[in-house]
Amino acid sequence: MHIIENGNVAAALGVRLCGVNVIAAYPITPQTPVTEKLSEWVEAGEMKAEYIPVESEHSALSVCIAATSAGARSFTATSSNGLLYMHEQVQWASGARLPIVMCVVNRAVGAPWNVWNDQQDSISQRDTGWMQMYASDHQQIIDTVIKAYYLAEKTSIPIMVCYDGYILSHTYMPFEVPDADKVKAFLPPFKPDYALDPNDPANLNTVTLPDVRMDVRGELAHGYMEIRYLLQEELRGALAVAAETEKRFDEIFGRGGDPYIEPYLCDDAEYVAVGLGSVTYQLRVAVDALRAEGIKVGVMGIKFYRPFPDEAIAKALKGRKGVIVYEKALSYGYEGALASDLKSALYDSLAGTGSMPYVQNFVLGIGGRDIKTHDLTETLRAATKGRVAKEPVWIGLKL
Amino acid sequence: MGTRNYRRKTSHSESGPGDGGRTGSWRVTRPVLNRSLCIPCKRNAEACFICWLFCPDVVIARTIPPAIDLEYCKGCGICAEECPTKAITMVDESEFADENDKG
Ligand code: SF4
Ligand code: SF4
Repeated sequence: MHIIENGNVAAALGVRLCGVNVIAAYPITPQTPVTEKLSEWVEAGEMKAEYIPVESEHSALSVCIAATSAGARSFTATSSNGLLYMHEQVQWASGARLPIVMCVVNRAVGAPWNVWNDQQDSISQRDTGWMQMYASDHQQIIDTVIKAYYLAEKTSIPIMVCYDGYILSHTYMPFEVPDADKVKAFLPPFKPDYALDPNDPANLNTVTLPDVRMDVRGELAHGYMEIRYLLQEELRGALAVAAETEKRFDEIFGRGGDPYIEPYLCDDAEYVAVGLGSVTYQLRVAVDALRAEGIKVGVMGIKFYRPFPDEAIAKALKGRKGVIVYEKALSYGYEGALASDLKSALYDSLAGTGSMPYVQNFVLGIGGRDIKTHDLTETLRAATKGRVAKEPVWIGLKL
Repeated sequence: MGTRNYRRKTSHSESGPGDGGRTGSWRVTRPVLNRSLCIPCKRNAEACFICWLFCPDVVIARTIPPAIDLEYCKGCGICAEECPTKAITMVDESEFADENDKG
């Protein structure tokens, strides 16, 4: 069924289709309509789930942690300072290996107070052991939520589905709502690695000593380092599971592509613009304009940011002259985190091969500063003539 | 031998002595039982056992007299605190230095 709705409703519909059992959330702009929609459905009896209103984002994720530990499929959503407030529990959920799905409706973080879109909130959670996927339109939002549950539950690793506040969350677009029976076929019932059982009591995630220990059964149990190593190992392994997920989704729903990246006119491109989320679609307009002038440019949207698909990305960028990274976030004190990650992937794969592109970093749209397509076209044109600057260049700055 | 084949991906602990590791090595003071004050000993009946209930390391057995597994008793003193008859006192480990040396 095709409908025209906003991005937040697309996310909520995805959650409903996945048969989520427990929803806990605290409202924060621009995420609020996602959970409002879900609470409406639960209240009306259209969705069989527990909706738990909580007093903060820290509690929202705590409830999801408890619910998932008890074997329930859970969901929360947040934005901006709400996500930052959750940070402790964000780390906890991944360390506890709970396959929670959380929508992050990207919004700038304070100070100063700002409700508009950039991606500093989710990028600031890059190192928490969660997977991160970025959607560029409403179809991707609903599809990504569904894929996210499959992927998270296969790997026992939580996942953030990120989409741009307002630009996607509050705008209306046509998209297809996947058939409920097909979602059932795609997503098997949640079988947790371990679920709390009153008949077989246990403590979860208790103080864990630096070294390994014998448990009560005399089996050698992990120390803290082993548990953390397994998270890293299985996050790296999740790249393969993501590929399997994409294939499976394509087989059932007839929609899919590359699991990690979304290329546009990249085949013969000498220069590739790279970004996360909706800006990559806006960049297509700039690319079309430059193509008309005979400049061989393309765009590569990164759908998967953590685990970072380094090999796939390096392969896709090998032999290009330049890689131009547009970011709505910054690792303050250095450069865009995506630019750093890209450089690292390129260096690892291509150092010494002579096919290493230069990398130009642009920062834009911070705190919702309007992104003008004209600016994208002009900066992209400039960056195809060679690296503009070593430091990230802020687009639209009026200092 | 490593832990790769351990049943759980995370920290998981079931009730039983020693699940926190060999915590006996942490002990600075040792619980010592005075049988003449302990209720099960006096009555020769399975009674009280409040120390058993409260011991966080599950190292007290519901026997007569209650037995404390010093391999894992971390010397927290909770048993002594909770015992209604003050049958348990916490004694500095240095008092047992001779015994420890022999052991
Ligand atoms: S709590 Fe005190 S009196 Fe009760 S069983 Fe333990 S030692 Fe004995
Ligand atoms: S001091 Fe008492 S309560 Fe504490 S661990 Fe030892 S036996 Fe248990």
